[in-house]
Amino acid sequence: MERVPILKIGQTLFVSIQIDLQDESVMRLQEDLAEELGATGAHGVIIDITAVEIVDSFIGRMLATIGSISRLFDAETVLVGMRPAVAITLTELGLSLKGVRTALNAEKGLALLNRST
Amino acid sequence: MDVDSSQGRMAAYMRDHQDKVVSRWTELVVASVRGRSSAVEVRRELEDLYSLTIRAMSGADEQASGELRAALTELSRSRARNGFTPSETAVAVFSLKDAVYELVADTAELGPDFLAFSRLVDGLGLHTFETYAAAREQIIADQALSMLELSTPVVRLWDGIIAVPLVGTLDSARTQVVMEKLLETLVATGADHAVLDITGVPTVDTEVAQHLLKTVNAARLLGAECIVSGIRPQVAQTIVSLGIEFGDIATKATLADALAYALNRTGQKVTKMGPA
Repeated sequence: MERVPILKIGQTLFVSIQIDLQDESVMRLQEDLAEELGATGAHGVIIDITAVEIVDSFIGRMLATIGSISRLFDAETVLVGMRPAVAITLTELGLSLKGVRTALNAEKGLALLNRST
Repeated sequence: MDVDSSQGRMAAYMRDHQDKVVSRWTELVVASVRGRSSAVEVRRELEDLYSLTIRAMSGADEQASGELRAALTELSRSRARNGFTPSETAVAVFSLKDAVYELVADTAELGPDFLAFSRLVDGLGLHTFETYAAAREQIIADQALSMLELSTPVVRLWDGIIAVPLVGTLDSARTQVVMEKLLETLVATGADHAVLDITGVPTVDTEVAQHLLKTVNAARLLGAECIVSGIRPQVAQTIVSLGIEFGDIATKATLADALAYALNRTGQKVTKMGPA
């Protein structure tokens, strides 16, 4: 199983998903992220999914769950770089990812976090 | 009664009277198309068909009936494209019966043979009709496709603000195209505000609203904010009486209001210049 690295930059955790997401890797990412948030007390999480081409309902739900977990650590989650096809799929699945903020790219995501903190 | 031999007899008879029958046939067809094709054109077309019909009937030629059908297909397609009505197209074939019958009426012994011939012409007429309908369907499908492409422009209004002027009824096929184009433009331009202008949408029912909400949600997932503008008074009344909820989506009366709102949200401002 491939692991997704979590980078800490300032008060923000940065996750860039460069692999085809499997159910286990997303669950592992959720655990790792929770650990990291607890250890660092970061105030923001940026998840970059520019390279993700396929999302199913499970992964969509896990992304929302990650948002809710981060909220418990007083951290805001921003999902950046979603592809149009992925957005259409998620909408058709009826997932609107409440509790997760979105931005077009990493730069705008960072700006969004800086504004809200 | 032997169909083959009666068709053979009929073919021989028609070959003998070719000139007379074709002239009469041309006359009938020209009268029915009301001057949209010249007599010379029609005659050339019909002469080809006539000789093919005779070849097909005499049974000597295996390919003739295939060729005849292909010629008829071509004829009805071109008529469908040029705006002839279905009956005008079918009359072109059916009037051959009239033309032949006028001659045969005098010769009593060809009566049964004419019956077989009549059946053949009926078959050809139906074939013409079918290909005519198919050609029409094709034209409609092509037009629908080009309308779909024409009707969904995504325009850049300002730095970071794009707009989609929606014109016509929103069905799921169009929503799909609009959504794809909008999202692609958002990604390509890096715009974070999109205005969906529905001034040109005649009615908003629950289905249209559903499609709009889907588009807005998809844009949100990309990190862009959508504003719905151009809601006319009647449309607003329908929306409220149907109980449609736009939730936290910003709605504005006009495109100008939506632009002002988006400018405000992106921290931009347009002011009047002082006296020159």
